[in-house]
Formats: sequence, C-alpha cells, structure tokens
Amino acid sequence: VPRVKVRRGGRVEKDVSLEVRTVRELLKELDLPADWVLVIRGQELLTPDEALRPEDEIEIRFAVSGGGR
Amino acid sequence: MKCRRCGARAQVNIRSANTAFCPDCFLLYFRRQVARAIEEWHMFTHDDRVLVAVSGGKDSLALWDVLLDLGYRAGGLYLDLGIPEYSDISREKVEKFAGDRGAHLLVVSLREEGLAIPHVVKFSPRGECASCGLIKRHYFNKMAGEAGYTVLATGHQLDDEAARLLGNILHWHEERLYDQAPVLPPVGKMVKKVKPLFRLGEMETAAYAFLRKLDYIMDECPYSLGAPYLKYKEWFSRLEEEFPGIKRNFYFGFLKRRLFRQPPREAENVCTECGFPAAEEKCSFCKLRERALAGRPRKPSSSFSSGPSQLE
Repeated sequence: VPRVKVRRGGRVEKDVSLEVRTVRELLKELDLPADWVLVIRGQELLTPDEALRPEDEIEIRFAVSGGGR
Repeated sequence: MKCRRCGARAQVNIRSANTAFCPDCFLLYFRRQVARAIEEWHMFTHDDRVLVAVSGGKDSLALWDVLLDLGYRAGGLYLDLGIPEYSDISREKVEKFAGDRGAHLLVVSLREEGLAIPHVVKFSPRGECASCGLIKRHYFNKMAGEAGYTVLATGHQLDDEAARLLGNILHWHEERLYDQAPVLPPVGKMVKKVKPLFRLGEMETAAYAFLRKLDYIMDECPYSLGAPYLKYKEWFSRLEEEFPGIKRNFYFGFLKRRLFRQPPREAENVCTECGFPAAEEKCSFCKLRERALAGRPRKPSSSFSSGPSQLE
C-alpha cells in the first residue's frame, strides 16, 4: 500500500497509507483538486493517470499560496 | 500520459490546455508563455532594468529565475516584513538565490524602518494583508525609482488574478478592476508594473519551481491564513476540476473585453510627505506610518476589503 505524506506549507499535515492504484484515485480519496497540488515520487512529478506501486512513498505538496508576496 | 511535444513520459498535466509535458518540454513551454506575455503586452525590453519583487515564495523566485534565464536585466527587491521565523527563513532563501546567480538584490528591513508587520497591524485600521500590501507597494515604488529600475515585476499568476477578479466582482469593487490588467502604466513617481506570469496557473509555477530545484519558502505567511482570497482560490480549483479551463476563460475573457479600461492615470494629487499619488493630502501609507510610529491604536475597519487598490 503506498505511503503518502501530505505537506502543507513547511509541515506534514497527514502521513497515511492508502489503498489506491493511481494518482487520480489518491487525489479523490484525499478530496484534493489536481491543479491544487504537486504529486511527487522521489525527484519526479506524477500525472493523474500514473500507477502507484505498493512500495511507493508519495509526497503531496500544496501549490497554493496566498500571502507574503 | 505522454509529452505532447516529444512523446516522452509526461510529468506535468495541464488540464486547462488539455495537454501534458515532460520536464524539459514543460520548462520550454513555461519560458515561452512568459516571453509571450512580455511581448504581447509590451511589458519591457532587454534594455529595461526590471526589479522583481521577491518574497522567497515559489512564484516570485520562479519569475526572477525565468527572467534571468531569458536574458533580462532583472534585479530583486526583498522586503523583510519582520515576522519572526517566517521572514528569517524567506530572507535566507532570497539571499541564497541571488548569491548563487550573482544577481543584484535590494533588501529593506521593515523592522529597521519601525514598520515590522506584527507592530503595524496593531495600529492599522485595515486588515493585516491590506496593511502589508500598502507598505509593500510604497517600498516597491520607492526602491525601484531610487535604484534606477524602469519596471517593477511581481509574481502574480493566473490563479491570483482570477481569485482577485472574483473577489472584486463579488464585492463590486468596480474601481479596482482598473488595476487588474497585466500591465499598469507609470503614474507620477510610481514605475510601470507588470505581471509576466499571468498566463500560467499556480500549479504550473509550483511545477516549474520543483523542476528547477528552486529552494523556496513553503510556509504560508502566518497573517494570510484564512484570508478570503485563499477561499476563492480553493473554490476556483474545485470548479476547475469540473470545468477545465474555466479560470483561464474567466480572467482572459475579462482581458479580452478590456473591462479593465484604465482611465488616464495622472497623479492628480501627490502626498505632501512622500510625493507618491494620493487621494488626500497624505497618502494612506504615510498616515499608517505616522500612526504606527506614534503608537496610536487603530480604529475598527468599517467594511470588508478583498484587497487594496494599486493606486493607494
């Protein structure tokens, strides 16, 4: 089962293992719009159709920011 | 998913354009979108000195990075807001970015000016973000003029502009629509302002920053949490899931219809203190500065504001 860390700002908001087969299913499970986050595996970005492997460690990084500019 | 350009495995999916790119082709696409924005809107040329307002976040560092990459004479201006921890980290990121590239960086410390944000918000009748924006705009204009820059560039991207437009329409801040074009002409002492990332979505600037390995601050400004602006962005992203491209249609439709029609931007009044355009004898910045330095408490805000006008 892939392990997923959801990072919002500098902190890890969620660290869970989820039974999902693709990035699309993962985002649906976490109720996250695809253009709101980056889905990262190692040094690469994943598109929604990408298959996830049980040994995967996935980072979800919020793309949205609002202040301090 | 395959890259539209070269057929390799895609890493960035741009649903609004029904396309996807591999890292190399995405970076090329990103640069071309920025170059197109600059040319189509006559933002600046390679002869201009462009000052990029940098916060240490992904958008402003991505903008500075891409402008340097495109060969523009781009320097940076970092305003240290004096917010404990947040400002220390972001300043370090910006200084490292500039140092690594040998780029010109101006730094203004609001703490040294007596205007650190945690202090100012106690004395401002505006909200935190509005007060901060007011101070930033003043220093951006001041520093650009003093340092001989001809253009000021900010990292606002499509999601910022669409969310701001939505907020302005929801509250019928009609006069603020004038400031929503990607180019604002100079007014009095204020330099020309441009938003070269307006064609690109926030996810795209985040992907660019990731693929370029930019070391940016991921923490949100602690004062921006819960801002209405962020709610609009979330709402738009959820709408975009159902209707890909709706954000782009919304903002580009606004531009196409030229609903931002700018009135002649002559500075009718100038502030007696700082000389920048003002609605009254003193501009809002100088009034806020005076109140903060004197330690006079704020009066409660009388109405909700989704963001200040660019002129004030």
